[in-house]
Amino acid sequence: MPNFEAGKFDVIVVGAGHAGVEAALAAAKMGAKTLVLTINLDMIAFMPCNPSIGGPAKGIVVREIDALGGAMGKVIDKTHIQMRMLNTGKGPAVRALRAQADKVLYQNEMKRLLEEQENLTIHQAVVEELLVEDEKVIGLVTQVGAIYRAETVIITTGTFLRGEIIIGDLKYSSGPNNQQPSIKLADSIRELGFELVRFKTGTPPRVNSKTVDYSKTEIQPGDDVPRAFSYETTEFIMDQLPCWLTYTSETTHQIINENLHLSPMYSGMIKGTGPRYCPSIEDKVVRFNDKPRHQIFLEPEGRNTREVYVQGLSTSLPEHVQRRLIASVPGLENAEMMRAGYAIEYDAIVPTQLWPTLETKKIKNLYTAGQINGTSGYEEAAGQGLMAGINAALRVLKKDEIVLSRSDAYIGVLIDDLVTKGTNEPYRLLTSRAEYRLLLRHDNADLRLLEIGFQIGLVPQERYEKFLGKKQRIEDELSRLRNLMIKPNETTQALIRSVEGSELKDGIRAADLLKRTEMNYDLVGQLVPSEIELTLEEKEQVEIQVKYEGYIEKSLQQVEKLKKMEDKKIPDQIDYNAISGIATEAKQKLKQVRPLSIAQASRISGVNPADISILLIYIEQGKIAKITG
Amino acid sequence: MEFDTIAAISTPLGEGAIAIVRLSGTNAISIANKVFRSPNGKDLFTQASHTIHYGHLVDPKKDEVVEEVMLSLMKGPKTFTREDVVEINCHGGLVTVNRVLQLILINGARLAEPGEFTKRAFLNGRIDLSQAEAVMDLIRAKTDKAMNVALGQMDGRLSRLIKSLRQALLETLAQVEVNIDYPEYDDVEEMTLPLMIEKSTWVRDEIDKLLLTSSQGKILREGLSTAIIGRPNVGKSSLLNSLIQENKAIVTDIAGTTRDIIEEYVNVRGVPLKLVDTAGIRETEDIVERIGVEKSRQVLNEADLILLVLNNAEQLTEEDRRLFKTIEDMDSIIIINKTDLPTEIDVDEVKQLAGNKRVVTTSLLKEEGVDELEEAIASLFFEGTIEASDLTYVSNARHISLLHLSKSTITDAIEAAQSDVPVDMIQIDVTRTWEILGEIIGDTVEESLIDQLFAQFCLGK
Repeated sequence: MPNFEAGKFDVIVVGAGHAGVEAALAAAKMGAKTLVLTINLDMIAFMPCNPSIGGPAKGIVVREIDALGGAMGKVIDKTHIQMRMLNTGKGPAVRALRAQADKVLYQNEMKRLLEEQENLTIHQAVVEELLVEDEKVIGLVTQVGAIYRAETVIITTGTFLRGEIIIGDLKYSSGPNNQQPSIKLADSIRELGFELVRFKTGTPPRVNSKTVDYSKTEIQPGDDVPRAFSYETTEFIMDQLPCWLTYTSETTHQIINENLHLSPMYSGMIKGTGPRYCPSIEDKVVRFNDKPRHQIFLEPEGRNTREVYVQGLSTSLPEHVQRRLIASVPGLENAEMMRAGYAIEYDAIVPTQLWPTLETKKIKNLYTAGQINGTSGYEEAAGQGLMAGINAALRVLKKDEIVLSRSDAYIGVLIDDLVTKGTNEPYRLLTSRAEYRLLLRHDNADLRLLEIGFQIGLVPQERYEKFLGKKQRIEDELSRLRNLMIKPNETTQALIRSVEGSELKDGIRAADLLKRTEMNYDLVGQLVPSEIELTLEEKEQVEIQVKYEGYIEKSLQQVEKLKKMEDKKIPDQIDYNAISGIATEAKQKLKQVRPLSIAQASRISGVNPADISILLIYIEQGKIAKITG
Repeated sequence: MEFDTIAAISTPLGEGAIAIVRLSGTNAISIANKVFRSPNGKDLFTQASHTIHYGHLVDPKKDEVVEEVMLSLMKGPKTFTREDVVEINCHGGLVTVNRVLQLILINGARLAEPGEFTKRAFLNGRIDLSQAEAVMDLIRAKTDKAMNVALGQMDGRLSRLIKSLRQALLETLAQVEVNIDYPEYDDVEEMTLPLMIEKSTWVRDEIDKLLLTSSQGKILREGLSTAIIGRPNVGKSSLLNSLIQENKAIVTDIAGTTRDIIEEYVNVRGVPLKLVDTAGIRETEDIVERIGVEKSRQVLNEADLILLVLNNAEQLTEEDRRLFKTIEDMDSIIIINKTDLPTEIDVDEVKQLAGNKRVVTTSLLKEEGVDELEEAIASLFFEGTIEASDLTYVSNARHISLLHLSKSTITDAIEAAQSDVPVDMIQIDVTRTWEILGEIIGDTVEESLIDQLFAQFCLGK
């Protein structure tokens, strides 16, 4: 088939999953002429696994995406069937929203956003080859021979790259949910010299709701207060659908144990590394054989379908075994399986081959984002997609690139972990990965990031001004409470007694009173009412900043130290071989990762403090040499 | 990390009557100020640069005088490192100088890494380019050596203990993390505040015990307390002199007017000995005559090792037999001295009285048998015969300062839990404790927590 010229773009995004759509929307909004190519237009922002968005750490990412001007938060706010705030009994740093999505509505809404976006062209095509000149990407070729020229290319192929579905001893080439996989593109990437790894993930079977006996399960309703991911959402969906909780039975475990030999996980058929945080049911039963039962959540996939996602029963056992497994779960005795669970193996690139901007080190102007970078999860993908889109557009606009640090955002933690440490399994964000999680809260994502969103042109003026007003009100109120004295008069003491606090001996600053465990903003507000009525969000912000001041201060001090180390840049042309004192292992790691700063270098495993000292001295020496020479 | 305040002993150990502890960094003066008391209550901040001040170092927590010192105050940039520098001149001697260093470390300085003063001097532009290579070599060499030394010094029990504390902390942390990341999973016990208090208190108590052994400190820091006993004229002082001559004395603590016992520090084949000699009381009374006297009993009771010296040229006396009886349950070595003279002693009876104690024959006059004695001391120690119930696990200043730091962070955690701070915030202090303890044993496995998470709990959603 003869090739033909099909157009010229600033940014081409390959793939329209959760990474691809954020990348494309961001680039187009920033003014870059953008093309997004997808194997199947009906798969835009598809959720091949669980029908939910958010949760601990991930939910905070969604808020960060929103603060930066991304789409995920707004779209799920419009299309969820249920929303819950998790960890409400714990501290503010770990609170997180999670929504159950209506999969089809979510897809449609996202597709519509893309279609309506200025500067954005959407086309269905299978990309087969990247065009590279002088180690710089210049475009790509599709299956039908269309050549698209581009200044930058972002690859977000998810699990499509040489994807293979495995059920029992059945294994066939496929993308998720039996989509056409992307094979030749994988070859093209490999031929460019990228190191690829094989990862594996899996999904559970789906059943028909009308065949489920919910009387044997426990109801899991959503919150009955309005919740939203986006700071801009004003319309809340209060008509929610519940999820249901049931458990595996003794029979379930027996069936698994008797049929383990049929599991591709144990027969050696699956070679890819799977995620530990999302184990299959056979894995759970084998590894934790003392547990009598495991939780199974029944999650509706949408409002207009009876299909139910059987969360907790992820498996790659043969379908006949899967049917028996389902029947062994209370409530599912007569459930009809609509789709079988499966495992999927796919190619991912070793992410230490990327700069923190998600541009590849090897090929200039080529970016990768999402599952191809070794992550899992819609939110992790979207966060990367957004940053890759932003940086590709900034490249086109010839502006400075943007890297979020570990103290800016969970997205910063995610990307830094990937490009600095790499990953041996599909990477999932966990709150424990963030050393400054007290600063990276769900409630302050806008305070952390909206300014950046505005600077790069993703957040419109009007929203920015509204935000500045909010910020000002919070600061004013904080300063008011920190300066205002409360006298130990009878009104005060009565209020304190009413919440079983100990009475004041002396006057106290309002902020100090608020710090007491038994106090909250509204109580203190009764004693010293504010002239301006603050919104719920603003009150929450004031309360958190006052109550946890000490801990926040501690974290900020650590961040200060980190910043000093981050300010010490390592010149790109540094020759590690020329530095005699650095240990061999450290040298190899440094050459591979090519850290941009001393801070990043010190996070590489295998690089110890003595190596860092020597590196510092070497760099200082270079500076002196430059000055004197 | 770059500009925190560092401290180290800057003079070689054991040489000279004076030792210097040097501090450099932004807080050098404020740390010194915390522990320094001059007779007229000087505030170091108001003093001119490059001045010397007389006074005492005081442990501000216990309000206890630690040492009499001369303190040199040098404000940056006209200093070696171009930072504020304080040099504390104290009496020489391992114990003293270690105490001073510890006091400084507990009050906010960090122990300098090998070559770090020089490194700072370099980074602050004090040293010229030609010296850069040398500094790098120095760091590499010293780090390797320090690591070997540190590993060599590390008592297996200490590292096991620290590891068990860290494991306990890690399990607590994993539980907290699982509660956060998997809030709906029902098989994970909720880490409640009372549970947090219980687990943290246990860790703090264990750290306390370790710190207690460090303050009672014997082995490595002060040496294995060793008493030389025997009747008059059996060769006790010859033995002492011979051990000192053979082995360079680490520290000579000259007996002051108030002291009646001289302590000599020697290093015998890697075993540091604090030889508790009776020299100071020798002139008035012999130790044998004082057996039964409270003071001498105390010396014996506090000793980790007894060297009982007998005279080869005389028959065993009742006093000898009484001494055998006294040291019956103690780690000891029997020395039959004066083999250059004809043997009168009943060697079989000595062996019978010695039981399973090692018997060594020497002629200290002819310098014979000392090697064998040293070998006996070393093997007693290294084979673990000397029971370490009261031996110091924690010996060096770095370990001690890290233990103090970990104690303070875990105490923060306990106090926070007692005031109903949410568990996930307290976790910040628990994590810090875990990291600090890791620094002691050089364990910096990053993925530990996440590994623990997945090993311990069955997770999904």
